[in-house]
Amino acid sequence: MLKISLDRLDDFFARVASEQSLYMPVDREDGQAEFRKWTEGSKLSQRLNTVRSAKDFFFPQTENLVDFKIQGKNIEVLDTREECEDFAVFGVRACDARSFSILDKVFLCEPVDSYYKNRREHGVIISLSCTRPAETCFCTVFGIDPVEPEGDISCSTDGKSMFFKVNTPKGEEFVKKFADVFEDGDPAQLEKMKEFSRNVFKKLPLANLSTDSFGGDKMMKLFNSPKWAELSEACIGCGTCTFICPTCQCYDIRDFKTNDGVKRFRCWDSCMYSEFTKMAHGNPRVSQLERFRQRFMHKLVYFPSNNDGEFGCVGCGRCLTKCPSSINIVKVMKALEVEE
Amino acid sequence: MNSDTLIPLVGVVTDIRQDTPDVKTFRVVAPNGGKVFEHMPGQCAMLSVPGVGEGMFSITSSPTNTEFMEFSIKKCGCLTDWLHSMETGQMVTVRGPYGNHFPVESELKNKNLLFIAGGIGLAPLRSVINYVRDKRSDYGDVQVVYGSRSMDDLVDYREIVEEWTNAERFQVNLTIDRPQDGWEGHVGFVPDYVRELAPSTDKTVLVCGPPIMIKFTLKALKELGFTETQVYTTMELRMKCGVGKCGRCNIGDKYVCKDGPVFRFDQLDRLPDEY
Ligand SMILES: Cc1cc2nc3c(=O)[nH]c(=O)nc-3n(C[C@H](O)[C@H](O)[C@H](O)COP(=O)(O)OP(=O)(O)OC[C@H]3O[C@@H](n4cnc5c(N)ncnc54)[C@H](O)[C@@H]3O)c2cc1C
Ligand code: SF4
Ligand code: SF4
Ligand code: FES
Repeated sequence: MLKISLDRLDDFFARVASEQSLYMPVDREDGQAEFRKWTEGSKLSQRLNTVRSAKDFFFPQTENLVDFKIQGKNIEVLDTREECEDFAVFGVRACDARSFSILDKVFLCEPVDSYYKNRREHGVIISLSCTRPAETCFCTVFGIDPVEPEGDISCSTDGKSMFFKVNTPKGEEFVKKFADVFEDGDPAQLEKMKEFSRNVFKKLPLANLSTDSFGGDKMMKLFNSPKWAELSEACIGCGTCTFICPTCQCYDIRDFKTNDGVKRFRCWDSCMYSEFTKMAHGNPRVSQLERFRQRFMHKLVYFPSNNDGEFGCVGCGRCLTKCPSSINIVKVMKALEVEE
Repeated sequence: MNSDTLIPLVGVVTDIRQDTPDVKTFRVVAPNGGKVFEHMPGQCAMLSVPGVGEGMFSITSSPTNTEFMEFSIKKCGCLTDWLHSMETGQMVTVRGPYGNHFPVESELKNKNLLFIAGGIGLAPLRSVINYVRDKRSDYGDVQVVYGSRSMDDLVDYREIVEEWTNAERFQVNLTIDRPQDGWEGHVGFVPDYVRELAPSTDKTVLVCGPPIMIKFTLKALKELGFTETQVYTTMELRMKCGVGKCGRCNIGDKYVCKDGPVFRFDQLDRLPDEY
C-alpha cells in the first residue's frame, strides 16, 4: 500500500501545493478547525471536524452563474464559465466524504448542474479515517464506515505513516502525478488499529440510533405527527444548521447590477427562512413549524423516497453542536421514533 | 462546456396585449424569428429581465403554434410590474421548458374534456384548449367553464368569444362574480356554476385557478359524481431553479417544477397538505 511517513507529510503537502491548490483543515485562532488553502507553515489540524463542511469547495456559498450585457432594449447573454483548475482537498472526514454521494444525486442528475460538475471533475477528495470520534458522531447509523471513508483517495494512519488507498480513477491519476513522494508500506499494523477503532465507534452514545421509523413510506404519518409543534418551538430560524450541514443544498438565484450590465449569481438559501417559499398569494409554510418540519422531513423522508432509501444526513454532528437552541436531527429522530 | 439550463436564451417581445386591467399577454419570438424552444401544453418557462427579476410563467400558447410563444402575466410585483410597463421590441431572457405537461397525447386523447378556469388560471389551460382545437379529431366534446371577478377580468375574452365559441363541438360557459352593466351572461362563482351546469361524468376535467376556487370546484365535482382520477390541475409554488435542485418548490417528496406542475387529484391526495 502507498504510504508516506508522518514526518514527511508536510513535504508532501508542499509538493502538491506547488502544482495545484491544496486545502486542508487547520486550527483557527479560536481553536476550531477550518479548511484553508495550504501555505508554507500550514499545520494539519488534529481536530475531528471543520466548522464548515467540505461542500464549500464544490458548492460554494456564492458563485457567478452568467453575465448579461444590456444596451437599450437589447440583452446579450455572456457565458462566463471556465474550466476550473485542478485542486485537492485533504483531510475530509468519512461523513463529509459521503455527503458528496448525496450532493451528486441532486446536482449530477439530469439536467446536470455544470457548475458543480466542473468542480467535481477537477477536485480530488482525499479523505481521512477517524480514530477518536466525538460523542456527537453518528455516521455509522447511516452505514458509513468512519475508518474506511469514501473519497477519491482515503488516508489512514498507524501513528507512524499515512497510508493512501486509491478508490477512483481520479485518485489514481493523482497518486501517479506525485508518485515520487510515496513509498511502499505494509499496512498490517494499520488493519489492527482499524479493528480497534471500529469497536470504539460501536460504543458511541448515538451508535444505536435507529432509522427504522423513517423513509419514504412513512411520509404521511411523520408529516402529520403532533410532535412537530413541540420540537420546533425553540427554533429561531437562524439557518445555521443548514449552512454548516454538508448535505444541505438549497439555493437562491439573484441579480447584481454592475456598471455595464448584470451579474446573475446563486447563493446558499435556507428552508428555515420565512421568505423561502413566500408567494404573492400567500405562503404554504406559514410558521416555523412548517419550515422546521421541512428540513427534517427532507433528510429523513423525502430524500430517501427519491433516492432508493438513502438518507439525506451523514451524521456529522455539526447541527448538534452549533444550534443556538440545542435542537437537532437526533432529537427529532428520537422524538418521532418513540411514537412508533 | 455543455450548456446549462440556468443559462437562459434571449427572446424579443413582439406584441403586448392588455387582456384585463392587471393581465397582459406577451408574445415572445427568438431574435431570428420562430420559437425560442418547443414545449408541451402545461409546461412553464422562466422569464426574466436581468437586474429586475426572474419568474416562472405558464406558456399559454399552444405547441401547434410554430411562430411564437405567449405568456399571460398578472401584475403583482417587481418583475411583473416592469413587464407591464415595457414596450414591444424589448428583449427578455427565457429558459425552459420546465415541468411535466397535461397528458394530451395519452390519457386525454379521445376523451370528452371539461376545462374549468378561474381568473389568471386560464393561462395554463389556454395552451391545452388551443392544442385540442388544432387537433380537433383527436378529442371528444369540449366544454369550457370560465369565470372571473368581472367582465373586464376575463383573460383572452376576444379569443374566447370569437374563436372558441365557434369551434366545432365546443361549448363555452362564462360567468362573473357579481352583476355588471352590459353583461348578459351568467353571474355567480365558478364552483356553483359547475354544480348548476351538471356536466356528465364521462368527462375528463382540467381545473386551474386560485387555490380556494380549485378546492370548492373539486368539492362540486365530487358531488356530481366525478372521481379524483378524472380531474387534473396545476400547482403553483415559489420557484427558482425549475429543475428540482434549489429545494424550494416541493410538496412532500415531489418537486412541483419537475414532477409537476400538472397533477391528478389522486396523486395530490398521497401528498402532505402543504400548498
Ligand atoms: C408553475 C408556475 C406557473 C405560473 N404561471 C403564471 C402565469 O401563467 N401567469 C402569471 O401571471 N403568473 C404565473 N405564476 C406566478 C409568477 O411566477 C409570479 O407571480 C411572479 O414570479 C412574481 O414575480 P414578481 O417579480 O413580479 O414579484 P416579486 O416582486 O418577486 O414578488 C411579489 C410577490 O410575489 C411573490 N412571488 C415570487 N415568486 C412567486 C411565484 N413563483 N409564484 C407566486 N408568487 C411569487 C413574492 O414572494 C411576493 O410576495 C406562476 C408560478 C408558477 C410557480
Ligand atoms: S434548528 Fe437551530 S440552527 Fe437550525 S434554524 Fe432552528 S435554531 Fe437555527
Ligand atoms: S443534519 Fe446535522 S448531523 Fe446530519 S449531516 Fe446535516 S449537520 Fe450533519
Ligand atoms: S424550483 Fe428549484 S426545486 Fe423546484
